[in-house]
Amino acid sequence: MFLGPLLPLLLFVFPLWNITLEAPQYPIPLGMDIYINDFADTHPHDIKNINLMNHYVGMKYIPDAIPEFKIFPAGILITTAIGLLIAFKANYKWYLYWGILMVLISAAGIYDFYLWEHDYGHNLDPKAIMKFTNPDGSVMGFQPPLFGTRDILNFRAHSYPQLGAFFLAAGIALGFVAFFLGKKESKQHQLLVKSA
Amino acid sequence: MKNTHLLAGILLGMAAFLSGCQDQGKGTNGALASSAAEKVYVAPGEHDEFYAFVSGGFSGQLSVYGLPSGRLFKVIPVFSQDPEKAWGYNEETKPMLNTSHGFIPWDDAHHPDISQTKGELDGRYVFINGNNTPRIAKIDLSVFETTEIIEIPNSAGNHSSAFVTENTEYVVAGTRFSVPVPQRDMPIAEAKGNFKGSLSFISVDPEDGRMDLSFQILMPGFDYDLAHPGRGASHGWMFFTTYNTEEANSLKEVNSSQNDKDFIAAVNWKKAEEYIAEGKFTTVPANYAHNVYDDNTHTATSTMKKEVRVLDASALPGLVYFLPTPKSPHGCDVDPTGEYIVGNGKLSADLTVHSFTRMIDAIENEKFEGEAYGIPILSFEDVLAGTVKQAGLGPLHTEFDAQGNGYTTFFISSEVVKWKVGTWEVVDRQPCYYSVGHLMIPGGNSRKPFGKYAVAMNKITKDRYLPTGPEVTQSAQLYDISGDKMELLLDFPTIGEPHYAAGIAADLIKERSRKIFNLTDNKHAHATTSDADVKVVRDGKEVHVYMTMIRSHFNPDNIEGIKVGDKVYFHVTNLEQDYDVPHGVSMIGANTSELLIMPGQTETFVWEPKQVGVWPFYCTDFCSALHQEMQGYVRVSPADSSLDLSWSLGE
Repeated sequence: MFLGPLLPLLLFVFPLWNITLEAPQYPIPLGMDIYINDFADTHPHDIKNINLMNHYVGMKYIPDAIPEFKIFPAGILITTAIGLLIAFKANYKWYLYWGILMVLISAAGIYDFYLWEHDYGHNLDPKAIMKFTNPDGSVMGFQPPLFGTRDILNFRAHSYPQLGAFFLAAGIALGFVAFFLGKKESKQHQLLVKSA
Repeated sequence: MKNTHLLAGILLGMAAFLSGCQDQGKGTNGALASSAAEKVYVAPGEHDEFYAFVSGGFSGQLSVYGLPSGRLFKVIPVFSQDPEKAWGYNEETKPMLNTSHGFIPWDDAHHPDISQTKGELDGRYVFINGNNTPRIAKIDLSVFETTEIIEIPNSAGNHSSAFVTENTEYVVAGTRFSVPVPQRDMPIAEAKGNFKGSLSFISVDPEDGRMDLSFQILMPGFDYDLAHPGRGASHGWMFFTTYNTEEANSLKEVNSSQNDKDFIAAVNWKKAEEYIAEGKFTTVPANYAHNVYDDNTHTATSTMKKEVRVLDASALPGLVYFLPTPKSPHGCDVDPTGEYIVGNGKLSADLTVHSFTRMIDAIENEKFEGEAYGIPILSFEDVLAGTVKQAGLGPLHTEFDAQGNGYTTFFISSEVVKWKVGTWEVVDRQPCYYSVGHLMIPGGNSRKPFGKYAVAMNKITKDRYLPTGPEVTQSAQLYDISGDKMELLLDFPTIGEPHYAAGIAADLIKERSRKIFNLTDNKHAHATTSDADVKVVRDGKEVHVYMTMIRSHFNPDNIEGIKVGDKVYFHVTNLEQDYDVPHGVSMIGANTSELLIMPGQTETFVWEPKQVGVWPFYCTDFCSALHQEMQGYVRVSPADSSLDLSWSLGE
């Protein structure tokens, strides 16, 4: 159970998510790595160049900082502290509660990411240089996929979790594993007690 | 049954015979043509194996081709103004063309040579000579731009240049025309004995590549034609062909061709370094320009240098020896081992090859047959290694492959001849179309030739391409030299008149090629690296516009308060940081070229408005989907207008 809460700390080292944009004019694709506390270029100046591309269709510039960059690191630090506290002090049942808490927080994070993406892809400048409509006449959005690959005009956008996300998932999984091991152990213990 | 078997056997046999014939037919007809085509075919999106840097001759520039495709990638402006790239037009590069004679917009560029380390091409720089107003330029191959030009004093017709020594210790430049040194008013008829030649050794800083005219060797008043460095055992020596040892000053075609033999001058530059260290030089007054372009300030500076160290070859023993060489030798070429020095006697049918070992032996045993102006002349028989006999007419230049073969061009008989180093036997010959000058084998002037291809550069093309009026293109021809016999693969047109060229494996250069200039490293005195710093400043009649450009607008794009008679400097910074997104800018009525500004770079042009009105400017490089919208206006008011400066974007 000790390892479980520690693994999410690697989110401070490795990116959580990556969005990559391919197009004929970009033999080296444009990419953005999303860290728990930062947006980073995959290659130098990628974000600046994504912004330059996207301003034609009225998308906002990717901000230097968002409130989540403060909230998420704090969240991870707090849940890690709680996890370690549980590991030292608490009953195995708390491992389950920690796991569930982490899943809920992660789900909230993904939902928040989806909301930002939706706003980024749909909340367009009304003075946009180029305006596109869907076949049904509605204004075309440019939201990158939450997970997977999608064609957006001349770009093919890929959105996939990165190493940091895998460590987070592994950490949560270890929490559950610890719970089940703890449960097994405690049952055996109870049996031993009974048979004695 | 038997019969049917027999019949079937005959039919099968015939079928096999017929199909065999068909295969053979394909093999002899189609395959030859298709194999030459296949050998030069570089599929769309694929890269050539070699870069070739081909001199532009009277265009003054250096062109970059791919081999084997013969595709032109770039013309690098060196000695001539180039309005396409604003070279010599914008304020930043004008100082690059400064000389002791003032601003010179042109030169005649002859002999590129790639920098070497341990005798092998290292792909850092190309050096090339300006023949007319003696200069040496350095092209930095991380940016494919000319970044340094140094003028050569006491020289005229800077032809036996620009050749690098084995570790790029020096770029060497020799004078073709001897002249009074120092220059003075004197009768031309008194040339003999009074004119001098000079051989210049320009040091190259191993760290930053900075050039410095380290010393000159003062020589008799012959013509110094071409040069190549020693390598391996002969490292430390430089070899120059000479002609006009008659020292004629008029009707040279006759009067310079009287002596049966001229010389190859063997210069011991290690000895020269010793003499310099011992203080055996004289420092003489001079006046020459040293122009340096900086990739951080994006600006060139020109400094006038006032003196040069001179060593007198006539007075310093062991510095120079003369090797008698028949018939006004032109090319002076050293084989990859450094043992053989080839003198291409241009009025001869033979090639003369000297031996470095025999030369050293003759020097040590002081086997001199005379002297010229105090410089020992070695005996021809004592230094000769061999002769390539009756190889062709008018030998000019020789290059080498990695298998011990020499390849010599013959101008008059218009061919390339392959011969064996050591046995001196001719093994193959191929015609050139027509009248070949230099040839180039990638790495052919180094310890490690890449072999594989030879490029012949021809002086005359006549009917080889579609006619284009009286002036037709000059031409290069690509030969496959990987087999026993050379095979002509391709003709391709060239820029200007190609003299020498230098080739190198693309892998040694392409990974180091820069994509952009970092805006954060921009140290230009008038850079505007953020939109917040955009401004227009008046200083009397001078106005400075600090402008930015990014897809797809200028900032500012409306300027008012300019008056007739103002001198307006547009300092324009490209804020892009993406590969291959330059922007251009041009102003109606500006007496200069456009600017073509790379991402992260700042350039300046000057506009002196002469007419009242509202005048537009626009981006000249199709930069984006909204390139056509990338434009702006300047309002020009009468000279006595009291309108204040104002500027804006998008209001």
